[in-house]
Amino acid sequence: MTGALFLGWRYLAQHRFKSSILVASITLMLFLPVATRLLVEDSAAALTARADQTPLILGARGSELELVLNTLYFHAESPEEIENRAFAEAQSTEFAEFIPIHSRFKAHGAAIVGTSLDYFDFRGLRVANGRQMGLLGECVIGANVAARLGLGPGESIVSSPETVFDIAGVYPLKMTIAGVLAAGGTADDDAVFVDVRTTWIIQGLGHGHTDLADAGAGAAVLSRRDDMITANASLTQYAEITPENISAFHFHGASDTFPLTSVIAVPPDQKNATLLRGRYQDSELLQLVVPGNVLDDLLETVFAVQNYVILGLAILSLATVAVITLVFLLSQQLRKGEFHTLLRIGASKGYVAVLIASEIGFVFLISALLAAALTLVTRHYAMQILQTFLTL
Amino acid sequence: MINIRELKFRYHGRGPDASSTFGMRVDAFAVPQGSSTALVGPSGSGKTTLLGLIAGTLRAESGTINVNDQAITGFSDSDLGRFRISNVGQVFQAFELLSYLTVIENVMLPWYIAGGGRKGDVRKRAADLLRGVGLESKINARPGELSQGEQQRVAVCRAMLNNPPLLLADEPTGNLDQENKQNVVDLLVEQARRNSSTLLMVTHDESLLNKFDSALDMRHVAQLLDGQSQR
Repeated sequence: MTGALFLGWRYLAQHRFKSSILVASITLMLFLPVATRLLVEDSAAALTARADQTPLILGARGSELELVLNTLYFHAESPEEIENRAFAEAQSTEFAEFIPIHSRFKAHGAAIVGTSLDYFDFRGLRVANGRQMGLLGECVIGANVAARLGLGPGESIVSSPETVFDIAGVYPLKMTIAGVLAAGGTADDDAVFVDVRTTWIIQGLGHGHTDLADAGAGAAVLSRRDDMITANASLTQYAEITPENISAFHFHGASDTFPLTSVIAVPPDQKNATLLRGRYQDSELLQLVVPGNVLDDLLETVFAVQNYVILGLAILSLATVAVITLVFLLSQQLRKGEFHTLLRIGASKGYVAVLIASEIGFVFLISALLAAALTLVTRHYAMQILQTFLTL
Repeated sequence: MINIRELKFRYHGRGPDASSTFGMRVDAFAVPQGSSTALVGPSGSGKTTLLGLIAGTLRAESGTINVNDQAITGFSDSDLGRFRISNVGQVFQAFELLSYLTVIENVMLPWYIAGGGRKGDVRKRAADLLRGVGLESKINARPGELSQGEQQRVAVCRAMLNNPPLLLADEPTGNLDQENKQNVVDLLVEQARRNSSTLLMVTHDESLLNKFDSALDMRHVAQLLDGQSQR
């Protein structure tokens, strides 16, 4: 019967165009529903895994989803900001360990995340190359950022202005890279981590410049009256924090009012978690959310949509099967003469049946292999696609 | 040799052909082994039917057909298939080459159907046959790239692949010009003679009869039943 397989293969090879269309149709018919289901399941697993590792998030009242996506994935749509005071007040309750997050700015497309060193312990992040950030203006970058921009310890990365026309306060800050984090396959790989005070400097709440009291600052002084010194436009503002000029950096205003986008709360047990949630239940300005619950609501909608998509694809598949069956039947009809010749030469009816079955089998086998390969490739890049989508 | 006794055959049309019937009776018919015989007669006299009965592609109602001492009338369908592959080489009027196979693959078609022997040996045999008919340069061509005369030569090679003791040709020259007709008949007779095969060929062309050992008029071989003459 290997002869029948050979003839079947040769027939398909000779009629490449028709065979390719059949293979493409069946591949899509197999690939789309399977890939949709796997992608949704993988995405759901990835989303919930990070959410489940984050017990509670404190933030401004408003969109819970925006708050969760910004805190977990540093999503570009920042939620309403809260004051640093809220972080200090939460800490005073001692119901949990609190980690500040200020994720609003970007550097070369990567989110700049202002936080404390506790964040690294909480997420289990390890510096693979270099050292942990120690000074104002230093940063550690995620593995993907380092790979994409070709950066390493000792080099620097500049924050991006929020808009080209933003001349009010958010100036580019050149940050020194202290270390590169080990890849973890999470959103942390695509972020630039700095001390939260560094993000306040990027926002223009703190800055560093020539000491006007110093005699060398003469040309930058517009007027000097009693204790009040007025600078002119030639005053040099530092765009990089170095060991030499770090002492010249200072903040204006009360640090209590400085902004944060959220605070991650890690209570030691359920009791403390409940007490903490009770504390913010009636707050008009703040909300304390459970990320897992917020994402479950989102995923419920996603799964519902997925079911409709798969139902649609199933209907489409039935139509495709009908068309493919018709194509095969018409093809057999057109080849009656060829089969008759085979029978006259001495082939059995079983041989002709195997020949037809082998052609159908080859088409389905190639389609199944292609669909499997496509599914693997899609699955491989699914997390990257999801990550990109979440950080947009 | 071929030996037919008291053979009765009846054909009932099917589908749009349902109203047509055809029947014939052959009381006795014999062709000696290694001879070449031309079968002539008007259309509808049963020439093609007789070839079909001898090849086992048609079934008789009664009577016996012996081919090389094998009573094929008692064979099952699968036995008949095996019998044809190893005993009968057939050349058809419309060549009936498979368009998606190359010339040499078409010649090897009986091997692809029945197997037997190493592929390399069979391929060499097919190449030798094609060389013998002057088609060695076209072994990898498709049938569509050949002239009609060349296609019929390929069909003859296919029929000869298994060195069959019986060679049946149903008007193989019907679609050819005069020069190609002569060439193909010469080829068939020569191949049959070289292989000691029995050649039985249906033809309407009387100019070809002198190439055969004998010529039989179908009207003297078979009697039509019920006065029908549909085929």
